[in-house]
Amino acid sequence: MSPDITPTSTASATVTAAGAVMPARHYLNESGGWQSWLLTTDHKRIALLYLFSITALFFVGGFFALAVRLELLTPAGDLMTSDTYNRAFTLHGVVMVFFFLIPSIPATLGNFLLPLMLGAKDLAFPRINLLSWYLYIIGAAFAVAAMVGGGVDTGWTFYSPYSSMASNSRVLTGAVGVFISGFSSILTGLNFIVTTHRMRAPGMTWFRMPLFVWAHYATSLIMILGTPVVAITILLLAYERVLRVGIFDPNIGGDPVLFQHLFWFYSHPAVYIMVLPGMGVISELVAAFSRKNIFGYSFIAFSSLAIAILGFLVWGHHMFVAGITPYSALVFSIISFLVAVPSAVKVFNWTATLYKGSVSYETPMLYTFGFIGLFLIGGLTGLFLASLGLDVHVHDTYFVVAHFHYIMVGGTLMAYLGGLHYWWPKITGKLYPEGWAKLSALMVFVGFNLTFFPQFIVGYLGMPRRYHMYPPEFQVLNVLSTAGATILGAGYVLPMIYFAWSWRNGRIAGSNPFQARGLEWETTSPPPTFNFDRTPLVTEATHSYAHEEARVA
Amino acid sequence: MPDGALAHPAGHPPAHAAAHPRLQHHFDTLGQQKDAASLGMWVFIAQEIMFFGGMFTAYMVFRMWYPAGFAAASNELDIVLGGINTAVLIGSSLTVAMAVHASQEGRQRQIVWYLVATLVLGVVFLVIKYFEYTAKLFPHHLHAGGEGVLFPAVGWFDVGATPLAAVAPEVRIFMVIYFALTGMHALHMVVGIGILLVILWMARRGAFTPKWYTPVEIFGLYWHFVDIIWIFLFPLLYLVNRHH
Amino acid sequence: MDPQLARVEEHEHEHIVPRSLYYAVFAALMVLTAVTVGAAFVDLGVLNVGVALGIAVVKAALVVLFFMHVKYSSRLVQLVVLASIFWLLILFLITLSDYVTRGWMAAPQLVR
Repeated sequence: MSPDITPTSTASATVTAAGAVMPARHYLNESGGWQSWLLTTDHKRIALLYLFSITALFFVGGFFALAVRLELLTPAGDLMTSDTYNRAFTLHGVVMVFFFLIPSIPATLGNFLLPLMLGAKDLAFPRINLLSWYLYIIGAAFAVAAMVGGGVDTGWTFYSPYSSMASNSRVLTGAVGVFISGFSSILTGLNFIVTTHRMRAPGMTWFRMPLFVWAHYATSLIMILGTPVVAITILLLAYERVLRVGIFDPNIGGDPVLFQHLFWFYSHPAVYIMVLPGMGVISELVAAFSRKNIFGYSFIAFSSLAIAILGFLVWGHHMFVAGITPYSALVFSIISFLVAVPSAVKVFNWTATLYKGSVSYETPMLYTFGFIGLFLIGGLTGLFLASLGLDVHVHDTYFVVAHFHYIMVGGTLMAYLGGLHYWWPKITGKLYPEGWAKLSALMVFVGFNLTFFPQFIVGYLGMPRRYHMYPPEFQVLNVLSTAGATILGAGYVLPMIYFAWSWRNGRIAGSNPFQARGLEWETTSPPPTFNFDRTPLVTEATHSYAHEEARVA
Repeated sequence: MPDGALAHPAGHPPAHAAAHPRLQHHFDTLGQQKDAASLGMWVFIAQEIMFFGGMFTAYMVFRMWYPAGFAAASNELDIVLGGINTAVLIGSSLTVAMAVHASQEGRQRQIVWYLVATLVLGVVFLVIKYFEYTAKLFPHHLHAGGEGVLFPAVGWFDVGATPLAAVAPEVRIFMVIYFALTGMHALHMVVGIGILLVILWMARRGAFTPKWYTPVEIFGLYWHFVDIIWIFLFPLLYLVNRHH
Repeated sequence: MDPQLARVEEHEHEHIVPRSLYYAVFAALMVLTAVTVGAAFVDLGVLNVGVALGIAVVKAALVVLFFMHVKYSSRLVQLVVLASIFWLLILFLITLSDYVTRGWMAAPQLVR
């Protein structure tokens, strides 16, 4: 497999466009018109459909975040009523969790790359893949309808009995949107599982698969086994709300904690749906930009499975102060400590990969460093929350908010951006502008820390979450947080601009601009519609980087 | 000449020599395609198990809390109709298994007849459920009142002729869970019957051969799963504490 | 070697179950249904639930193994079946860990 581009130096993998060629026909221009896109069964086009819709929803969720941060500039509740504020944080949560984070990496990068990485022509069920996207769109339409109709004010967690008995916001509309998008998720997971089992190219054994695939396989297990439980929970909630039946109503013998058990049975594993694909991306990026085989491949592969399995056993740690018994809480607390172990295994292995690697600092690698550091902080603070005694004090404070934003934004979103930049040349055939990309990455990193680190402090000092007013002594830290959010937002807008610019005007990338290993780099950029003309025959492991001595040419 | 190690023209894959008309382009063989379809249905069934599992969890919790109420409410259900329905569904599992068998042997008429038999039994099940529901759900007249968010006439959700609000909480919760579980099950039956009609239409046109009868097989898996749900629903809902 | 020929046929061996076996399973299911109805009318105390569930599990197993061909299916399909049951049990048992232990400890009293 000879590279067609001559590197200018082995220390940097970014190469010139000299000799880089874009194929005349590929999946993007093979057919045109609305129908060829909206009725496509090509996993690569579906990935792009998702990319555009998820990006749109991301900015909707971001708008609500902006509303929240603006209100919190001042201690008084002066920008909006508490009722409006409740709707702002609820919609921020609902949109970001269900319509951005959960689909993000799997539906865009996963859809695009899984068949390519496995040497297949498409996913196992291409039409079901398209159905997944339509379900996502319909679900999103319901969510938007809920917003337009006045919003939802229950928090993204929809706790009963408030959501089932008392709230007069558009709970049902919002819940239906989440329910439908859940099936989008389930079908994606189903497709990935069957594809991984049944459509690997000859010679592609499980332990020759890229770690990105392992991560998505583990994620798909969670999607299949967890999502249906929240689906039925939402149905029961709707049942309760419409018919006043009383399963969750304590006044007539029901149990509100039952709602929480059923809700969190999914929603805790859901956070692993959000972070595992990111970890898969990071495993790919760390190897590529250290030009070294990933350290501890099988440990990382198995740790993905371990996270998926253990992640199902810890949901009660969201309910420590909800009224579950101390015995039950004890079990959940212990297992919550255990679930940190496989995550830590990954961090150690990524770090070991860097050691004596030929590290270069392209934008994807900057996001990788960001992920490793910020996920580490987020993960460690999770241990604080897993401790029963400490959780009593910081539950429902900004400490929790900071914890999960470090993982979701500092972790998943950074991995998503890193992956988007790394595979952008494969998806579009064009290079993004490296200078602007580095600037954005820097803005995201600085903005992120400025936004969320103060939240650990105010949370620890007692500022509760979901309140639109707070004691004046917390103002300085809140102002810092809002300032950071502005920088962070700008850091997200910039890539939209330069990615769009690069689509038409970027330099041609060629099939393997980063000199990386993997079947996806062995086809053209962009790939042809059917990926491979002949099913590839795999004879070696994916991450077989020969270690290159750093040399000046 | 496009670059890349695998030089190939973008666009269509090479035509497989005399490829089976049912072989989709992204699979290499019919066997691979069938295995994928079958695994896909099993994974779908796995998520359905968890879907119903949530409701079974609610059942379990409240049965623990209200054993007497559950027993009393269960005894109000019609055990004869429930038993008949159980037999009907098990029979329909037999007939759909026979339909798959007939497909494996290429007996076109038998495929159609067994699928029709499955359809008939499925409809019988739903008809019996209809009678059970109306006896429980709609009294001789609809009650108004209640505080439903969308439906002011929430009183039509009654046990016999007593408005729901007046029923003891334990009995009420049982009825709620009964309707949730059997209603969701019935919905799955309706969807199954819809799919069965399509497959029946295909069978009548002779679409299924021993080399390709995948829709019949994976429909069969779905149908058996719906039967299994009922196998658990029957004792849990109809047979609670019948011995006095 | 042409890669397309190199694909390992993981395709399960096409096993056609004899009709007599289907009829036998059907008969067993009907008998078990009758047994479970009959057992409900016998006072077995706490065992009633166990017996009813046990019979249901046997019936379900017969449907899964024979009507759904799992006995003749690949290891993967068998694993999917077992994994689903396992996850269902996780949902039940760990939720129960809360409900069963309620009332084990008296509510904390405020110390004045």
